[in-house]
Amino acid sequence: MREAFSRLISEIRSGKFVYTGEIAPGKTTRVETLIESAKALGRHVVACNVTDNPRARANMSSLAASIAVQERAGVEAICQMTARDRNRIALTSDLLGASALGVRNVLVMSGDHPSLGDNPSAMPVYDLDSAQMVELVRRMVDDGTDLAGNRIDGKVRIHVGVTGNPNADPLEVEIAKLERKAQLGAEFIQTQAVFDIEVAERFLEAVDGFGIPVLIGILPCRSSRIAEQIAKNVPGIRVPEEYLGMLRGAEDLNDQASVEERVDLMNEEYFSGMVSELRRTARLAGVHIMGVAYGRIVGRIADGVERKMSCRVR
Amino acid sequence: MIITKKKPFETINESIKPFKRVFIVGCGTCSTVCQTGGEAQAKELAERIGGKCAGYAVVESPCDMRVLRRDLAPKRAEVDSADAIVALCCGAGAQSTADFTGKTIIPGLDTLFIGKIERIGSFYERCRACTDCIILETGGICPYSRCAKGLLNGPCGGQVQGKCEVGGYQRDCAWVLAYNALKKQERLDVFKKYRPPADRSRKPQEIVTR
Repeated sequence: MREAFSRLISEIRSGKFVYTGEIAPGKTTRVETLIESAKALGRHVVACNVTDNPRARANMSSLAASIAVQERAGVEAICQMTARDRNRIALTSDLLGASALGVRNVLVMSGDHPSLGDNPSAMPVYDLDSAQMVELVRRMVDDGTDLAGNRIDGKVRIHVGVTGNPNADPLEVEIAKLERKAQLGAEFIQTQAVFDIEVAERFLEAVDGFGIPVLIGILPCRSSRIAEQIAKNVPGIRVPEEYLGMLRGAEDLNDQASVEERVDLMNEEYFSGMVSELRRTARLAGVHIMGVAYGRIVGRIADGVERKMSCRVR
Repeated sequence: MIITKKKPFETINESIKPFKRVFIVGCGTCSTVCQTGGEAQAKELAERIGGKCAGYAVVESPCDMRVLRRDLAPKRAEVDSADAIVALCCGAGAQSTADFTGKTIIPGLDTLFIGKIERIGSFYERCRACTDCIILETGGICPYSRCAKGLLNGPCGGQVQGKCEVGGYQRDCAWVLAYNALKKQERLDVFKKYRPPADRSRKPQEIVTR
């Protein structure tokens, strides 16, 4: 087995159920908000994803933000790296920098197309795809070379994860792709947001034979308006009517303060119920909790899952 | 076929302003089929330009120097009298015409892509001239020209029910098409094969057999 360089991988290997969170650096030169969010999340998660220009919007570099999060918030980063903006020279260079400065996990993905972003005329690079980025990391870590075989001075200490989409339709193409990435040496999968337990179960069953730990992604929404927007604007995610109905039900109150509490409670119940049920029925390494300005829910869901699991054991 | 579209007449008209006389070169092959630089379009442009136009010729394939020489020979006087050429052909044709005539070239068309024609008005990009054709491995679907990201190992997370995120889920995802084609051919093992990083260095290409 490969050496473990990060807390994320060590804890997964020890059999501990892990929680990861996510923060998005903005189009800003200020890191304070980012550090505060990371600190708050850090109390509940083993590591925190730092997004790489999501929806192709030019924001603060995910690598710079990952280093800030690790050094100033003391939270381990999972640095997201897309193939969209950098060719193999720049990717290799950033991976060397990441390893040198202590970033131990990267999550590779192709990245939303520039035409969807805020600089729509930008050149889409995609010199490599996400499978080839897995190969790049493996070559750097395992062989000590770049893709062209040039030797690297010093050891590269990085784990490489990949994304999967349980909502993908057709799902079989997605699974074939993940199988290839697992064979290439990807070390963990974090998934797109899942709201539906059956969707998650079907996916976990399909990837079960690949021998790669899976963190199912969830996306608790702090209002029905946000959930509706996600359902409408992120076609890769399916938001079931049942979830929307429960959110609307929780919001159906005049007192704003208690609406917030009811929505939080509803999300805690819904997702901790789903995750603890998945832990019982499938092989699941952890859960990746995303959210749109909803950091406060992360701890509640994590605690809720642990409570439900310990009740079950007793 | 090289698919082209016409530049607006206003743009061409603005471009020809500094010149005393212009000659129009059309293309008898691709631009004729696209109805952007055939006989009808060359004639129409000549009429719109009016007195400044020294004449026009539709060269069978202006990207071929030998054909240019042959087809422009009867129009030599008109060509010589012009100080600029409006090229109603693709970039290759326009530059060959520049080389042949030695005159200023005003592109009258924009070159879009190498594509398939279903009918006039329905053109589909099918080739990026990548120099290393792999469509045997992809069910006959070219991922360089048909996948918005040019990925080589299957679809990205941006496909939904076989449609591509780029352009609002109108176009088919090339990799879902490839998967379905290979599945039908009972060759899914080819889909699952890992394709390593390609040589994308893409230097300017010149082939000179001596």
